[in-house]
Amino acid sequence: MTTTSPDARPVPPLGKPRTAKLPTVGERTLDNGLRVLAVRRPGVALTELRLRVPFAAPSRRGAARNGEQHVARAQLLGDTLLSGTAVRNAGQIAADVQALGGQLSASTDADRLGMGGSVLSSGLPGLLELLAEVLTSASYPKAEVVGERDRLVQELAIYRTQPSVAAREALVQRLYGEHPYGRELPGAEAVQEVTPAHLRKLHAERVAPAGSVLVVVGDQTPARMLSLVEAALSGWTATAAAVETPPVPAVQPQPALLVDRPGSVQTTLRFGGPAPRRTDPGYAAFSLANLVFGGYFSSRWVANIREDKGYTYSPHSGVEHPPAGSRVVVAADVATEVTAPSVLETWYELGRIATVPVEQGELDQARRYAVGSLALSTSSQAGLASTLAVLTAAGLGVEHLRDHPKNLAAVTVEDVLEAAATWLAPHRLTGVLVGDADAVEASVGAVLDVERG
Amino acid sequence: MPPPRKKSPASAGPATAYAVERTTLDNGLRVVVSPDPSSPVVAVAVYYDVGIRSEPEGRTGFAHLFEHLMFQGSANLGKTEHFTLVQGAGGTLNGSTHLDYTNYYEMLPSNATELALFLEADRMRSVALSQENLDNQVAVVQNEIRVNVLNRPYGGFPWITLPPVLYSTFPNAHNGYGGFEDLEDATLEDAQQFFDRYYAPGNAVLTVAGDVDPAEVLRMAQEQFGDIPARRVPERPSFAEPAPSGEQREVVTDRIAPTPAVAMAWRVPDPADLEAYLPYVVLAEVLTDGDAARLNERLVLRDRMVTSVGGYLGVMGDPLDARDPTPLLLEVHHPSEVAVDDVLRVVDEEVDRLAQGGLADGELRRTVARMTSRYLREIDPVLGRALTMSVFEQQRDRAELVNEVPALLAQVTDEQVQAAAATLGLDRAVLELRPEAQQ
Repeated sequence: MTTTSPDARPVPPLGKPRTAKLPTVGERTLDNGLRVLAVRRPGVALTELRLRVPFAAPSRRGAARNGEQHVARAQLLGDTLLSGTAVRNAGQIAADVQALGGQLSASTDADRLGMGGSVLSSGLPGLLELLAEVLTSASYPKAEVVGERDRLVQELAIYRTQPSVAAREALVQRLYGEHPYGRELPGAEAVQEVTPAHLRKLHAERVAPAGSVLVVVGDQTPARMLSLVEAALSGWTATAAAVETPPVPAVQPQPALLVDRPGSVQTTLRFGGPAPRRTDPGYAAFSLANLVFGGYFSSRWVANIREDKGYTYSPHSGVEHPPAGSRVVVAADVATEVTAPSVLETWYELGRIATVPVEQGELDQARRYAVGSLALSTSSQAGLASTLAVLTAAGLGVEHLRDHPKNLAAVTVEDVLEAAATWLAPHRLTGVLVGDADAVEASVGAVLDVERG
Repeated sequence: MPPPRKKSPASAGPATAYAVERTTLDNGLRVVVSPDPSSPVVAVAVYYDVGIRSEPEGRTGFAHLFEHLMFQGSANLGKTEHFTLVQGAGGTLNGSTHLDYTNYYEMLPSNATELALFLEADRMRSVALSQENLDNQVAVVQNEIRVNVLNRPYGGFPWITLPPVLYSTFPNAHNGYGGFEDLEDATLEDAQQFFDRYYAPGNAVLTVAGDVDPAEVLRMAQEQFGDIPARRVPERPSFAEPAPSGEQREVVTDRIAPTPAVAMAWRVPDPADLEAYLPYVVLAEVLTDGDAARLNERLVLRDRMVTSVGGYLGVMGDPLDARDPTPLLLEVHHPSEVAVDDVLRVVDEEVDRLAQGGLADGELRRTVARMTSRYLREIDPVLGRALTMSVFEQQRDRAELVNEVPALLAQVTDEQVQAAAATLGLDRAVLELRPEAQQ
């Protein structure tokens, strides 16, 4: 940074950091078992809602077919949950939510039914009333289910032409096989077989308050928001045992999978593998190792394959925390003609972080980024609501916002090396490449054990 | 302490009362500060009044390429230092290139406020250009275009492919991401000229929102930016051109998309005149915001003839930050079995029904209620607020509009929306997208 230019100026030092006050969380478990967390965050006159209902696939024998059925039914349940109740049809629900200044959506994955919403705070009672109505009397009208079913088939066809989706499907299949995490999207055939009766049955069996958590963040007091929730949702009395997803299987070493996409101008690279959970003692060290490797812009991998070589636009190594097993996903879309060199550099950076200690300065920089990101993520109503919902799902309390920076502060260069050697060593990762196979297979084969799929 | 909330006038919806302080430095840089101590974070944004419409012929994509170069080094900083200093302070950063402006912004813990101002000042003072960095960023941008346009279904539809149907002059019609050859032709001289011409302090707005003391920020801004020499500020040209006369219709084929789509666009009044323009912003939502909206209800839910329908103002979906000329767009995805002319016919029927019969009771109120809450949700984070204030200050000299949008939306009347619908006639652009496999 030293320079002889007449404009030479010093980089100003950081001021004294001001730590955010830990949010005060009002908490109540209703008689029906629903756990409610409420936080007042002043700002705009809005209230954010995040509801999580356990929704794992029931474990039965014959898992493959049942698993595919469940994915199709769960997906359509989310798509049609707001399509009718005992007293309102789809159009009325949509118009009523809009009139409250609200939005409400539902979606499912392998572990949960999630509902997210926000509303002008004056409309919170109305939105909660509607939420209760949907949870207790969603009717899955035939016309809506059939219509959404056809629409979903069309949308899946579009979705699957995106290389990132094709790569994602191949990667989770490769990592998890028959485990529920091995299939995130339903096949068109399984979707076509879904009937309103299937959805009503699934709803009756699984949409229940026990084990469910609702996070509410808004500009009103926690006491008032808790009262409103209790008044609206106490009548949700369905009973069902919360089903948890079984632990993920151990990953077996296997060659990287090359999925042919003729004429593709890029190769979509994905490498994935298991990662520690948020609650593991080694998580802080791992998260910093991942940042230094490729988890943020100022990382080695980005500096190498983007800022030095221009092979790609947005390389990123991300960590995901589904409850049955966390994972790391290393992702880049690279120009077809530099596919093999990109794999080589990726392997080099993974190998380097797994075998050579990082510089203290790199570690300190990643640490400050991790601490700062946590502060930024909780500085808006929506951000705070989502962060709390994620922490709660991981079994962590709001104290994590205070404790995680301390855990990060304690991480040493040696801890990072150990975490990287355990989780980021290249031979531990499972690879998928989606691209023009004829154009890249031979050269990629020179640096990576690869098979066509 | 939260900013105090004003008691809102009847039906104006919940208003915010974010404070606005401003000054103009001697070199012409306009500075806006909006304190909010509710979280220890700050957002810093710099808006330059130049965008895609100002790039020269033969240099499509240059405004965006230049945005990348602004991260490659500056008066006191080498390549990658801008990123490491922001992220090493716990912050995030980005930039984006629009039709009428280019912005650069950071969101950081508030103890990094002065650092962020230093970083923005350093590259406003001078950008460090090298052939190596230019070549590198041309390759990066080409990969950005591959991932966002060339290698995905519906890439660039309709934001890149519709403007040449709707417009006939280069500034409005050309591809803002750029042709690969144009990007490769770009030179260091082009970059230096672009910087000298458009990145003058007097052509920029700096906004700081969050956990700061305004007096302190104004002092820091003076310290960091004050000695950047003033340069001539380019006069903003008019990009006006006549609206289409009659239907302009074209077809693009898509190598990857499995099913067809169609986009329609109509020119709308100059956004400078908010009273004339806002009814169109509301109209787009009446037509397409959610399952209770006119076109969704008819095309998706009732007739089941399309997969999705969307409507918005501005080719980049930026209703309150585009200048004239700008369109209202509709974008419809439909199964191959449904003829595009049937889709257009039903859209026209619904628009006509609105133009003839007006809105239903409560339809406007509920539409505006959700627009209001969505807007508030955008400006709740300090970053969203800083971006919104910047563009209002730059284009309208009124960062205070950040607090006034809900009231302005509430003033739009049934009659105005109905009259706006009546203008969506056959003087329009229509772009069909057909899957190549079905040609």
